[in-house]
Amino acid sequence: MKKQKRLLVLGDIIGVIVTAIIFLVPFYFMFIQSIKSKKEASRLSISLPTEVHFENYAEVFKYNNYQLVRAFKNSGILTIFTVLGLLFTAAMAAYVIQRRRDKATAAVQSVIMLGLMIPAAILPTIHLLQSMHIYKTMFSMVMIEIALQTPFAIMLYRGYMASIPTELEEAARIDGCSRWQIFTSIIFPLLKPIQATLIILVGVTTFNDFTNPLYFLPGAENVTVQQTLYNYRSQVQSSFNLLFADIILITIPMLILFLIFNKRIVDGMVAGSVKG
Amino acid sequence: MKSNKEKSLYPMWFVIPSLIIFGVFFLWPIITSLYYSLTVWNFETAKFCGLDNYKLFFSEHAMSSSVVHTLIYAFGTSILKVVIAFFIAIFLTSKIRTKDFIRSAVFFPNLVSMVAVGLSFAYMMHPTKGLLNSVIQFFGGNPVDFLGNPALALFSIIMVDVWKGLSISVVIYIAGIQSIDKTYYEAASIDGATSWQQIKSITLPLLAPSQNSIIILSLIGGLRSFELIWTMTGGGPGFATDVLASVIYKQYAAGFYGLSTAGNVVMLILISLIAFPLQHFLNKREEAIQ
Repeated sequence: MKKQKRLLVLGDIIGVIVTAIIFLVPFYFMFIQSIKSKKEASRLSISLPTEVHFENYAEVFKYNNYQLVRAFKNSGILTIFTVLGLLFTAAMAAYVIQRRRDKATAAVQSVIMLGLMIPAAILPTIHLLQSMHIYKTMFSMVMIEIALQTPFAIMLYRGYMASIPTELEEAARIDGCSRWQIFTSIIFPLLKPIQATLIILVGVTTFNDFTNPLYFLPGAENVTVQQTLYNYRSQVQSSFNLLFADIILITIPMLILFLIFNKRIVDGMVAGSVKG
Repeated sequence: MKSNKEKSLYPMWFVIPSLIIFGVFFLWPIITSLYYSLTVWNFETAKFCGLDNYKLFFSEHAMSSSVVHTLIYAFGTSILKVVIAFFIAIFLTSKIRTKDFIRSAVFFPNLVSMVAVGLSFAYMMHPTKGLLNSVIQFFGGNPVDFLGNPALALFSIIMVDVWKGLSISVVIYIAGIQSIDKTYYEAASIDGATSWQQIKSITLPLLAPSQNSIIILSLIGGLRSFELIWTMTGGGPGFATDVLASVIYKQYAAGFYGLSTAGNVVMLILISLIAFPLQHFLNKREEAIQ
């Protein structure tokens, strides 16, 4: 018994050390780089800075005519509208797909689930947006993000919906609620736990997306936060301190989201991966 | 009677918003891509050229090798995640007291974008100044050119991908382990099974559903992978780390839209050929176990 206890303590110590080295040192590296002077940062070492330069953060904001401010605005709008749109449209679809058992619903379901596997066709999408005259607009970017994440959102919702008893809807129907009322005032509020999961997963995916804005939302006015990082690499090859300050700044919103919804992530994964 | 009730309670038009957005912005471009991949295309005019784009794709080593790189990348990351995440999940569901700290630390890379992770690791893997080489030299080794050596570059990126993507697999495994009935373990330890035997004959088989999710998720993610490779090496050195997604981007940037779309269709076919049979096989295996 005593031996087992000692083994557990040993496990704790080794676990913490290995985790710290593998998972925390890179973040320490990012942070320490962000507060160094230009010259020190270019040495890329993890030693403490000889002088601390917190003004790097202010400089990142001013850089390239306040590019980062525009980027935060664009990414913020994109993320909020994608999350809101997806929360509602996917909930409606998943509700009907989970409840109905006819052939048409099964067909819709299997077509949408294709999207979990097959990749988007990029250039034909650009061509389509051009012919609809909505290329390089925030509206089309939001629509694409919603389209790409619809299968995943419906899958998560459907798994959760299965645990809501149908008696609720039948009782509401007898009480004279319309079908729309049943959905908006009875079913939708019950989906809160899975919505928390969706908010964090869809939010992080959209905010951190680099590829889709690269293709579908080019242009200096349309810059998103991930694009600012990439621009740094090509424009100021030697300003490592600013690059890393930028990394820290654009990770903070995701960190806040994580701290708010931390516990929900595992719960949502249980609902999505095991039941789904 | 039942279907009448279903019809009255659950209106079909509820799926229309999702279906329209998904159909217009995802499905329709995929359908038209089959045609455009057979043309010389510049968005204004599309001139039919048969299978020329595909012939060119597979005859140019710079492009055809991307198929091999994509497969190595996808299977490499997927296998490593399945195996490593399993042991981390076992460790985190044991009686150790620091598991909350470790779980949060392992999850943390998930919040940071691929671009940020890619750039940070590219600098940590710098051939002379980078952190990893400082450590190697401290222990008396020779510096390694992680991203500049064509034989090594793809594997260096694979390791970073595993580092970043491990947490999702760990979370799925933990969810699976927590749903296993505790009485199995009690019965096994009464019969004198060691903890390793318990992991092998109880945990592992009962985790098959979680494991299948992880295999499919990470394999498809790997086959589509672009951001990490693009920010770490841009497909180089030469085209040693070019994958399908980076070839698609390069041909787009070069103005060969038909060729780029052919690359897109090759990716579609490759994923379909691997993912659908694999899922079928994994589902069969899952049924056989239960």
